[in-house]
Amino acid sequence: MTQNVLRTEHVTQRFGGVIAVNDLNIEVNEHEIIALIGPNGAGKTTAFNDITGVYRPTQGRVIYTGKDGKEIDITGKKPSDIATLGVARTFQNIRLFKDLSVYENVLIATHLHLKSNFLSAMFRLPWYRQEEARMHETVERFLKEVNLWDVRNEKASSLPYGRQRYLEIIRALATDPKLLLLDEPAAGMNPKETAELTEFIRRIRDEHNLTILMIEHHMDLVMEISDRIYVLDFGNTIAKGDPAAIQNNERVITAYLGEDEDA
Amino acid sequence: MNKNGKRNFLLTVVALIVLFGLSCFVQGEVDAYIRRIVNLCLIYAIIGLSMNITNGFAGQFSLGQAGFMAIGAYMVGIFTVPVNLRADVFYAVPMNPHLVNIYMPLWLALIMGGILAAIVAGLIGTPVLRLRGDYLAIATLGFSEIIRIIITNANTITNGALGIKNIPSLNDVRYIFLATAVSYILMTLLLSSSYGRAFKAIREDEIAAEAMGINLFHHKNLAFMVSAFFAGIGGGLYGALLGTVDPKNFLFTLTYNFLLIIVLGGMGSVTGSMLGAVIVTAGLEYLRIFDEPLEIMGVAIPLFRPGLRMVVFSVLLMVCVLFWRHGIMGTKEFTWDKLINFLKHPNFGRKKEVQRK
Repeated sequence: MTQNVLRTEHVTQRFGGVIAVNDLNIEVNEHEIIALIGPNGAGKTTAFNDITGVYRPTQGRVIYTGKDGKEIDITGKKPSDIATLGVARTFQNIRLFKDLSVYENVLIATHLHLKSNFLSAMFRLPWYRQEEARMHETVERFLKEVNLWDVRNEKASSLPYGRQRYLEIIRALATDPKLLLLDEPAAGMNPKETAELTEFIRRIRDEHNLTILMIEHHMDLVMEISDRIYVLDFGNTIAKGDPAAIQNNERVITAYLGEDEDA
Repeated sequence: MNKNGKRNFLLTVVALIVLFGLSCFVQGEVDAYIRRIVNLCLIYAIIGLSMNITNGFAGQFSLGQAGFMAIGAYMVGIFTVPVNLRADVFYAVPMNPHLVNIYMPLWLALIMGGILAAIVAGLIGTPVLRLRGDYLAIATLGFSEIIRIIITNANTITNGALGIKNIPSLNDVRYIFLATAVSYILMTLLLSSSYGRAFKAIREDEIAAEAMGINLFHHKNLAFMVSAFFAGIGGGLYGALLGTVDPKNFLFTLTYNFLLIIVLGGMGSVTGSMLGAVIVTAGLEYLRIFDEPLEIMGVAIPLFRPGLRMVVFSVLLMVCVLFWRHGIMGTKEFTWDKLINFLKHPNFGRKKEVQRK
């Protein structure tokens, strides 16, 4: 059996009286692409925030298997610590460092593995300079991979929307993750762009040996690349399984299209 | 790229040597009044940039600079007064017997003052840097006042409200210039390192920065402590320049001078802080004409009296903030590349898109 990279155990998130996520049990295995779908307000992004430490789940645990193969309970850890362990994410409403250049955006993402302290950095000691040189190499490699190298000195906010999405994904990749969480990567993209993105996600999964968990509304993308799908509605997991099973699942169809009144 | 790097480095060295020559000239040839303004500009530039680290680069609105300056200034005041003159200074309450025979040369007192300010900043930062925006500003302002009040009441160490006199006066532009240059170089190196970029990431978007693995608390605290360190150094120089320190010098209103400098110069710009410091300090001096009575054709204009200077200055500031919101430099920097590019193709900022080849 392949190993879990991420497992949530009975994760529940309440905001006052609202139960945003109820008893969520996700399993993500190594090298899989898992999709989390559901109508608006189903609690998908909340689930992401519980996993990445933005919120602390009201109940339940989040278990992550790090690069060394050991299981770690990451429930309620700081987002920065979780990122350092190898969980990177993108955001639903793109959160780039808008006024910084494309280059700096990616360069900042390599900061978390910096070992030199600030004094070595301030005095530009040799080991810091070595690390800095490596950081620049990483950035160059990533930016060339998505053809953003030519616009590296532009402000991130000046890029077209689609390019900003790619930049955000590349920025997440620059943290050298094992698990990548994508929050609606195809939002606002046309069918052609979505098809390209599908190809891109598959490619980075293979090239960087990633495991991917994503929230997505574009069903063609989801059905094409997901290994398994979890469907959320009002915080509850109403279905899980492979794309074919989900497509024919009664409850999923009801959740998306509503109850048929004549029935 | 590398060739430009070498050229820029050489240009910087040459500029520093020229400026040092200039400061020797100011020291030798120029009258005491101008010399004093130059000294103040330099010291205010250090403190302005130190404040810019937290406010402009890390994006944390902190107003504690006066407190950290006080720590640095008192370190210089307490330890650089010659031992035989100390009885004259502490005439009301004798100085603490443990301290009375400890003497430090100025450079050591400056560094110790910086270090103590950084330690205090670390202690304050632990609870306070969890706050954001206005709340952080109020909390740091409060701590700055607490520092001042502790100093006012620690009679045997700081001579309380009487202040410390007889500090060997440092009226040497060259010394202050070198201190400023070293501080600027160190702060610039930090800000252009990976840590400086992490500060900027926090300023731009805390949530994204955290998701990129940047520990908000550590980095904010680091920015705060480095900022306090250099504020301490600047405060020490300020004390040494005045020759006396007094708690009233470090009222929270002092902080606003530096806030003004960085807002005017540009939040998040190293060279902007330098420009801002010169404009604010020299500007305040040259606006003194407004404080003197003015008679036009024998009629005294009633408005011209002490205090008008500040009114005029405030109006200028408001105009600047209204129409020039990002200050003179914004987050941009002066660089040799830009200057050389400008000299080659002077376009006076009209045409921003230069054709790429």
